[in-house]
Amino acid sequence: MTTTIDPPERRETAVDKLRNGREAISERWHHAPRWVRWVLLVAVIAFFYALPNKEFYQYLGPIPTPGANFTQVMFTVSIYVLLAVGLNIVVGFAGLLDLGYFGFFAVGAYTVAVLTSPSSDIKTLWPWLLVVPIAIALTMVSGVMLGTPTLRLRGDYLALVTLGFAEMIRIAAVSSEFLKGQRGFNQIPHPPGQYADGRPVFGVLDARPYYWLVLTLIILVVIGVRNLTHSRVGRAWISIREDEDAAQLMGVPTFKFKLWAFASGAAIAGLAGALFAGKQNFVNSQNFELLNSIIILAAVIFGGSGNIVGAIVGGGLVAYMIERFRGIELFGVELYEYRFLFFGLVLVVMMIFRPQGLIPNRRRAAEFKDRRKEVIVGE
Amino acid sequence: MLLEIEDVSLLYGRIQALHGISLTVDEGEIVALIGANGAGKSTTMRAISGIRPVASGSIRFAGEDITKLRADLRVRRGLCQAPEGRGIFPGMTVLENLDMGAYTRRDKAGIAQDLARVLELFPRLAERRKQPGGTLSGGEQQMLAVGRALMSRPKLLLLDEPSMGLAPMLIQQIFTIITEINQQGTTILLVEQNAQQALARAHRAYVLETGRIVKSGTGADLLHDPSVKEAYLGVA
Repeated sequence: MTTTIDPPERRETAVDKLRNGREAISERWHHAPRWVRWVLLVAVIAFFYALPNKEFYQYLGPIPTPGANFTQVMFTVSIYVLLAVGLNIVVGFAGLLDLGYFGFFAVGAYTVAVLTSPSSDIKTLWPWLLVVPIAIALTMVSGVMLGTPTLRLRGDYLALVTLGFAEMIRIAAVSSEFLKGQRGFNQIPHPPGQYADGRPVFGVLDARPYYWLVLTLIILVVIGVRNLTHSRVGRAWISIREDEDAAQLMGVPTFKFKLWAFASGAAIAGLAGALFAGKQNFVNSQNFELLNSIIILAAVIFGGSGNIVGAIVGGGLVAYMIERFRGIELFGVELYEYRFLFFGLVLVVMMIFRPQGLIPNRRRAAEFKDRRKEVIVGE
Repeated sequence: MLLEIEDVSLLYGRIQALHGISLTVDEGEIVALIGANGAGKSTTMRAISGIRPVASGSIRFAGEDITKLRADLRVRRGLCQAPEGRGIFPGMTVLENLDMGAYTRRDKAGIAQDLARVLELFPRLAERRKQPGGTLSGGEQQMLAVGRALMSRPKLLLLDEPSMGLAPMLIQQIFTIITEINQQGTTILLVEQNAQQALARAHRAYVLETGRIVKSGTGADLLHDPSVKEAYLGVA
């Protein structure tokens, strides 16, 4: 006979309050009338469309970055947000630990570079817009190729294989003659479009059109992902994350859905890579350090993995904060040099006080509580 | 014969967990599989539901060889397991958990009907329908696991230790419900450490020891078998 012993009652401390997923903001949001939510949503979106305009951001006090062109920073931030939304499908929804997500970004960027740049060996010189779908498709294929053998296994294998994958891509970029290493590809064409007076919309100096393009795509991707998670596919992903055996026992083809999550995540990274290449005009091997994969993963977890809003906030905040350190000096030390020290500290503190992330998913919060209970029982 | 297992062996790495097990389950029966910790009861269940591949032997379900069939496809054939212990989805509410049980089905009317039936069988689940599964007590989680498996409307329901960790009152209750489910037409294969209850409820039973079946017979026969009494019922 076994009996269950409840852990002794504890008074709720400030730490518990922090830990509890049901905090005031999200509760209020969910109880607000529909029109209030719509108005707020439209206001937030309008704010972000307006953000890169100097006429607007000069009134925002400390928000613009002192050490870098704010519009350029916002473009980088938007790319990170797109990546975080994509990785959130893999890590947050399906619960698959992908340590090499940036590798897919590289596949997308290099596909565009190879097929459009005059420095490429094959000299196809296709226009950017034509190559974007090819880049997405190729990234997806590489996701399926990587996932097929590894997703049949459980646990940490996937983490190791994805880590290896990102490293492989980087090394190929550095040393392959075809991928041009450090010299890279130049004169990658920009997205199409002209103003009435003949000037191109997507030029070299002004980063705003690129930012608006990415922002628009983020909105479209988020709508798509949201619909997906509310469907049978989403339920299957969540069940796999919560208990893979049980999911299979309920008739969920777990391998197929894991592969789907992995491939859709990869496709979004491919899109981000293609956008990046179209803006930068130049792609070389230095763009794809392993650290980037770690940063995006940390951003998703930081924001609240399993929650789309969490991923957006996490990706945006992390990318922004890193740039924000630029140009700040303290005791003669450039803070930017120590940005990853702060980043690491924030992550450690976060994991202690709020492991489910800034804006957690309701289910994820419950799963964390469940695991904490298991730990207490096991002690 | 609804389920027919012939000479099944199963390996965990280099350790052989099952040594040529054969058993059958007929339509309408409750069959119990009893044995000590580590005898291979849960492993047998995993082989039947397809979570672990077998090394040799064959498994036939409703006349079809399913030895190599994927686990999720076995569910579609009408074979559903309620996993042992905490096999529920902790972050999903009770209703969402039950809904996952009907994952393979698309007949909305039938699902609604089965949901009503499950909530009637387990009134506690009805009370807690909006609560996350992880916040339920051990007994309630066990009921949820059984209820969820019923939602797939299985021909054969596999129950892995449904009484594990439950208070005596609840054990009685869950076995009463198992009998009721069976009388409503579901065939049941049951793995239990609580041999007393299992044998009293089962039509037939098998005794498993270190990966081999050492005895079989009707529940009543085994209940009165001296060696079974000594080893599993705690009476000399």
